[in-house]
Amino acid sequence: MNAPLLQVRNVARRYTMRRGLLGRPVEVRAVDGVSLTVERGKTLGVVGESGSGKSTTGRLALGLEQPDAGDVLFQGAALPALGTADWRKIRARMQMIYQDPLGALDRRLSILEQVREPYDVHGIGDPKERDGLTLKLLQSVGLRADQGARYPHELSGGQRQRAVIARALATKPDLLVCDEPVSALDVSIQAQVINLLVDIQQELGLGLLFISHDLKVIRQVSHRVAVMYLGRIVEEGEADLLLQAPAHPYTEALVSAAPVPGRRGRPRIVLQGDPPNPAARPSGCAFHPRCHAARDRCKVESPALLPLPDGRLTACHVAHDQANFLKAAS
Amino acid sequence: MLRFFLIRLARALLTVALVVTFAFVVLRLSGDPALIIMSVDAPPEAIAAFRKAWGLDDPIWLQYLRYFSAIGQGELGQSMRDGRPAIQLVAERIPATLALTLPALALKLGIGIPSGIYAALNRDSLTDRIVMITAVAGFTIPSFVLGLVLVLIFSVQLGWLPSGGQESWRHAILPVVTLGIGGAAVLARFTRSAMLEVLGQSYIRTASAKGVPWAAVVRGHALPNAAVPTVTVVGFMVGSLIAGAVVVESVFSWPGVGRLLVVAVSNRDLAVVQCILLLVAITMVSANLIVDLLYGVLDPRLRSGAKAGGH
Amino acid sequence: MADITASTAPVVASKAAPKPKKRIPLLVWFGIIWIGFIIIVALSADWITPYRFTAYDLRNRLSLPFHPLHWLGTDELGRDVLSRLIISIRISLLVAFGATVISAVFGTLMGFLAAHFRGLVEQFVLMLADFQAAMPFLILALSVLAFFGNSLPLFICLMGLYGWERYARIARGLAISAGAQGYAGAVRQIGASPSRVYLRHILPNIASTLIVSMTLTFPEVILLESGLSFLGLGVQPPMTSLGNMVGYGREYLTRAPWIMLAPACTIVMTTLAVSLVGDWLRDRLDPTLR
Repeated sequence: MNAPLLQVRNVARRYTMRRGLLGRPVEVRAVDGVSLTVERGKTLGVVGESGSGKSTTGRLALGLEQPDAGDVLFQGAALPALGTADWRKIRARMQMIYQDPLGALDRRLSILEQVREPYDVHGIGDPKERDGLTLKLLQSVGLRADQGARYPHELSGGQRQRAVIARALATKPDLLVCDEPVSALDVSIQAQVINLLVDIQQELGLGLLFISHDLKVIRQVSHRVAVMYLGRIVEEGEADLLLQAPAHPYTEALVSAAPVPGRRGRPRIVLQGDPPNPAARPSGCAFHPRCHAARDRCKVESPALLPLPDGRLTACHVAHDQANFLKAAS
Repeated sequence: MLRFFLIRLARALLTVALVVTFAFVVLRLSGDPALIIMSVDAPPEAIAAFRKAWGLDDPIWLQYLRYFSAIGQGELGQSMRDGRPAIQLVAERIPATLALTLPALALKLGIGIPSGIYAALNRDSLTDRIVMITAVAGFTIPSFVLGLVLVLIFSVQLGWLPSGGQESWRHAILPVVTLGIGGAAVLARFTRSAMLEVLGQSYIRTASAKGVPWAAVVRGHALPNAAVPTVTVVGFMVGSLIAGAVVVESVFSWPGVGRLLVVAVSNRDLAVVQCILLLVAITMVSANLIVDLLYGVLDPRLRSGAKAGGH
Repeated sequence: MADITASTAPVVASKAAPKPKKRIPLLVWFGIIWIGFIIIVALSADWITPYRFTAYDLRNRLSLPFHPLHWLGTDELGRDVLSRLIISIRISLLVAFGATVISAVFGTLMGFLAAHFRGLVEQFVLMLADFQAAMPFLILALSVLAFFGNSLPLFICLMGLYGWERYARIARGLAISAGAQGYAGAVRQIGASPSRVYLRHILPNIASTLIVSMTLTFPEVILLESGLSFLGLGVQPPMTSLGNMVGYGREYLTRAPWIMLAPACTIVMTTLAVSLVGDWLRDRLDPTLR
């Protein structure tokens, strides 16, 4: 059991997209060579704009999609093929929390029936005891028994997300992938749901892959952070290090845009140019058209994700040149 | 636009090929044509000769290929009853059918579209109610009932018009009216709802709020947009010019393609049935093709596709 | 393209929920009552027919309606029109019900198969659906009848091919959108088997849409059946159906129009009633269907 809980190794996922009914098919590299590791009891935050491939990365990590290249190891073993009986069985070990809890719930079944479903699917416990187990589970995420008898549309957004979390926890999984779990919720509710997730993680020792576009949220939950841009990781490292002193200009821009309590008057870097479009990937470093530090080299040569002396990984020519310069100077 | 057209053309040809395959599969599933045609007590030598003549002893894939190439060359076989080429039998009947369906189509368009538009523009008025009730009735009354009721009134009771046959133009009146009323009802209902949908759109309200006269809004914005869905229905009606009169021709003993089909089906004259099936498929598919091209003209979004359809 | 755009349906469905309750219109009441009446007649046909529908009464041939023994008159062989009408209602409803159910089950299954396997299976199903939609069904049905001859089970199955492509399109579209982002994808992710995903989750969610389509297709099936039977190519004598009776009554149009008028009125009333109820259901449950 020394293998990390989840290892994603160099996965890629391409889609062919047609523009319109008759347009020429365009290949879109949604995820382009991403590697990640999630440890037990730790949270890896993945942050990026929409279109950065972070949701696809989450789906690949869970085995909900088959990668076109690379592989995913769960507790050291490759994930079974999509849709097989083994694949269905391993669902009990890894679960997902969705952005839109109303969409993730069946509007025709009561909350209790739906939260109970993993027990029925995986044959956990005696059928007569399952309702009892489910009620306990609902209680542990802060839902009352009478709310279990309700239907999804009768609950508030926060309560629905609690129900989705309860359903995900039913099989006592080892890994939880949270894809923007709070971005559809009111700000006042967001903190409650995040606290719930953090509490659960401490209690059960879950590994969390936490995907969000919101750096505030990522900052609250993550032990490590990976920043994605156009299907690639541009920077990855300890959360504190990365968010205090970003090395990649893109991370820097994200951090400067997210307000931090108690610190004012920092210069904000406003990103120039078009938001990333996966169908039209710029040459060289994909970020160079928007980068304030871009040089000629960035336009032609794609930077590799390499470690800096402080341990983090960064894919930026400028940052590495600076580090090399400092090393040579000392 | 050319690409759009070529894809549509390929799909049209595919549909025709499917119809041919359908005919072949059904034909072979249905049993031994030799036994169906020659009666069961025919001498075995005669049956063997028949099988040889029609190539029924060859392997099935060879029969399929031969069938396909024969149809490709326009050979649709002879009527197994009277030995004449099936295509000739069918071709003889086409003018009679068109003599009913073309005036009926004019009737459908002439009554259906204006009354649908009028009903939509005067929503909830008395006229609208009357149009809608007639339209629902037109849909729920089957053509054979309507035809017989018309015969009962105009031929039997009043004695104004002949009840069947094809001797003069007066014989065509009742069948044309029967065909036309039903189609006009469907078309009126459809046009009305297409119009209402368009009239509810925001660009219509914007245009009239800008002070454009209502008549100009209707002419310039509502009608062209409502025409897009209506064209589909009209296309289907054009496609049914050959096949759409099966029941009505039978009611009025009108010697058209439909009557021929019914007789051929009861006699199990397979070559004739298959010939009509193919003819109908080609008419239908060509009409659909024309509709698709018209779409391109009416709706520029479909022409370029890229800007509107993508995400 | 299809993968990305298929997600609009559930959004629309959720908007339809809060609506002020409206009273059921008078015409719809008429439709419901007539449908109920006709179903009761069909179910109790054996007990309420005054005579056997094939029984001759040679002394009362072609008797007028309101005859003391034969309320709706008799035909040229002295067979009781009322008895024949009741049996015809039963047969026509049986054919139409059977065909509608077969078509809905078959179409939904095809739609689910297309949504589940995607790729070639989906292309094949869509190709068949396009083919069916492009050809007038009456002609296809006539061709099959020409090749196969006729029997009641075959006839019902043949009618059961009518309109399957509509259910297939609906089921495919809704299943894909439910699987891509929604509840079905979530349940699948829990580890549920495909049968559980489709039968326990997707089917109940799309049932109302399918039922509305069934009520909209049902009158068309009745018209189709009666049309074929009228041509003498549908239900075969000695069995009788509404279309058969009209076809038979046509021979006596001048002397005994009531033979034709009674079943003709029944056909019109029934299709009208089901259409009215179907339209009303559609407006109430599923305004996205057109």
